[in-house]
Amino acid sequence: MAKSIDEYLRTQFMPHIWCPGCGHGIVLNALLRAVARLDLPKDQVCVVSGIGCASRAPGYLDFNTLHTTHGRAIAFATGIKLANPDLHVIVVTGDGDGAAIGGNHLIHAARRNMGVTTVMFNNSIYGMTNGQYSPLTPSGMFAATAPYGNVERNFDMCELVRASGANYVARATVAQARQLSTYIERAIENPGFAFVEAVGSCPTYFGRRNKLGSSLQMLETLKKNSVTAAAAAKLDPAELRGKIIIGEFYRGDAPGYIELYDGVIERAKEAAGK
Amino acid sequence: MISAGSPEAPVLVRREWCKGCGICIAMCPKKVLEAAPDGKAVVARPDDCTRCETCEIMCPDFAVRVVAKRAAAPAGRREAVADGR
Amino acid sequence: MAGKCDVRARLLQGNESCAEAALLAGVRFFAGYPITPSSEIAEILSARLPQLGGKFIQMEDEIASMAAVIGASLAGMKAMTATSGPGFSLKQENLGFASFTEVPCVIVNVQRTGPSTGLPTSPGQGDLMQARWGTHGDHPVVALYPSSVAETFDLTVKAVNIAETLRVPVILLMDEVVAHMRERVIVPCADEIEIAWRPRPTVAPSDYLPYDAGPDGVPAMADFGTGYRWHVTGLYHDITGFPTSAPAKVDHLVRRLEGKIANHRRDITFTWDEHMDDAKVAVVACGIVARSARRAVRLARGKGIAAGVFQPKTIWPFPYEQIAEIAARVDRIIVPEMNMGQLIGEVQRAACGKCEVIGHFRVDGEPITPEEILARLEEV
Ligand SMILES: Cc1ncc(C[n+]2csc(CCOP(=O)(O)OP(=O)(O)O)c2C)c(N)n1
Ligand code: SF4
Ligand code: SF4
Repeated sequence: MAKSIDEYLRTQFMPHIWCPGCGHGIVLNALLRAVARLDLPKDQVCVVSGIGCASRAPGYLDFNTLHTTHGRAIAFATGIKLANPDLHVIVVTGDGDGAAIGGNHLIHAARRNMGVTTVMFNNSIYGMTNGQYSPLTPSGMFAATAPYGNVERNFDMCELVRASGANYVARATVAQARQLSTYIERAIENPGFAFVEAVGSCPTYFGRRNKLGSSLQMLETLKKNSVTAAAAAKLDPAELRGKIIIGEFYRGDAPGYIELYDGVIERAKEAAGK
Repeated sequence: MISAGSPEAPVLVRREWCKGCGICIAMCPKKVLEAAPDGKAVVARPDDCTRCETCEIMCPDFAVRVVAKRAAAPAGRREAVADGR
Repeated sequence: MAGKCDVRARLLQGNESCAEAALLAGVRFFAGYPITPSSEIAEILSARLPQLGGKFIQMEDEIASMAAVIGASLAGMKAMTATSGPGFSLKQENLGFASFTEVPCVIVNVQRTGPSTGLPTSPGQGDLMQARWGTHGDHPVVALYPSSVAETFDLTVKAVNIAETLRVPVILLMDEVVAHMRERVIVPCADEIEIAWRPRPTVAPSDYLPYDAGPDGVPAMADFGTGYRWHVTGLYHDITGFPTSAPAKVDHLVRRLEGKIANHRRDITFTWDEHMDDAKVAVVACGIVARSARRAVRLARGKGIAAGVFQPKTIWPFPYEQIAEIAARVDRIIVPEMNMGQLIGEVQRAACGKCEVIGHFRVDGEPITPEEILARLEEV
């Protein structure tokens, strides 16, 4: 039987700072249940985050935890993984943290196939700084800095990360919390760079400004708007507008940087011995 | 404090962690949970619980625990789970 | 078994000297992004680190490089990066993070003329103040500044050791001229030099308070993955490592961080001087300019001028006391530097009006010559 997730919480700091009904809690819950099912030793888990509401997660987790600078979590995680490949390094990042300021680190970690699992807590907005638009705010939605509606297009993070070379790419919303947890579990198990986009909600800023109702109503909307990858394949672009495509988009086993660098060490030692 | 209903309650809610969002109440297929006057969840119909764990999985505040059947018996053990130690 | 190590005189380039010294001091991780005139350090370490089982990675930019260095250090490797002015600017936010979270690391900045892209391969000394105040907020920093290839070797070893013992980022400022010149260096054997490691916890994981420092101000550091699960954050934190906003705890942290460097000032202040005993005019200079100053002072002595030279090898913390003592004995101090006047500000602060302080600034991308300094010495 899987362990209780209580085991992984620094309970002395609960309740956490997230707003009532914030989707981040559901994502973190899914992540911890994944760790519990995998029964990873706490000393061997390292959770790294940037800055933002989502990035406050590590403080509540009884692992080796690192709360870094805005957008840079994956770069910090890269150093940790290289220095100690035995650690399970998990990055927790927001959509602003990971797709805007940290977007470059994300695509390069995917390209290197660096042995890090990244879970993007996508609430479509900059929560911590009171609701400005992010690269994942859908076009037309309102934000503190998009008072007339967002004219920018949002990224499809899964396509971006897949194209960049990651070994594992999946997306689920918090309305499919079990599926989300399964994806995170597979992401942690998968060697190389693994990416899970967890579509959640920020009832306080994104919800309120766009009149999306309570956190509960936002959950219902996420559920209603979710389309599986298989079903999406049969729909035309017009039908897919406003939909969230969920599923596992890629599972591969290409060798990652860590393994390939072991080869570099071998060759270097050989060269030095000559 | 634990609003566990009867000592055999299959679901525990940590009142001090609960923020009263109502997600568990709405998501439970058997309507086991209800909102107290302050909005926080309480276990109202423990007998109906099928231990599907939906409430535990969906709670954004880690405030709900579904006690596994085997572990359900000793009350002391349940309390330990509830305080998270 | 390998035989006894021979002390070897080697002809090394400045950047090569830095790389080899870092390896000898135990650096096993390097993350960087190419930039002239520092790139040789990365190139050499990309070849040498894996030979020793270490790790090298070329990151996507300097911000990522600095982050990876901090991550590697937290996971237990002595870590270093190298860059030049523009890259040094990009590293600043994470450099502040390392300073605040007390993660040992070494940042080499082979300076070039700036601002902006400037004169990419010409020497300049414009980053003295960036080294001290480049990141935001009050923070401790240590910066060392060699004037020769041999000094580069020595100060690189010292930089690694200080970073580890004081848990502070140490900046090695270099001049392009030193980075690219070849000179003789006596390379010591590993067992001949002192190699320091971060202080380790002596308590069980359950009793570990990651930011509980003893009287010297330096807390013990556990590497990630060794059973001590602790939290590292750039938020104000108390001795437990967890965030706090309690004014007393916030105040305590900022003062302890400054204090731990102040406590060890004597151990980390390195200077060099010549002919200072009876000098009436002193030249205070750092890096490559200190060498021109030395030559100028020797020439001046030949002409009967009572000149002396003082070189701070430790730029930060600045040797205010030594300069104050010099200012009390001489009539004037000449400060030649390859910028519009950065070192001179600190010299004036230390001299506190006790003697005349005159600057000699050169910003055309050419090194300051001994003749220029001699001319200033002869002006009196
Ligand atoms: C270098 C830098 N720029 C800007 C900020 C301000 N800032 C803090 S969090 C944040 C956005 C967070 O949004 P997201 O990553 O989507 O996370 P959320 O808060 O929504 O979970 C910004 C812009 C910062 N801390 N550092
Ligand atoms: S502001 Fe939004 S993202 Fe942040 S805790 Fe509140 S609901 Fe969650
Ligand atoms: S889901 Fe959690 S926080 Fe929300 S009402 Fe239920 S127990 Fe309380």
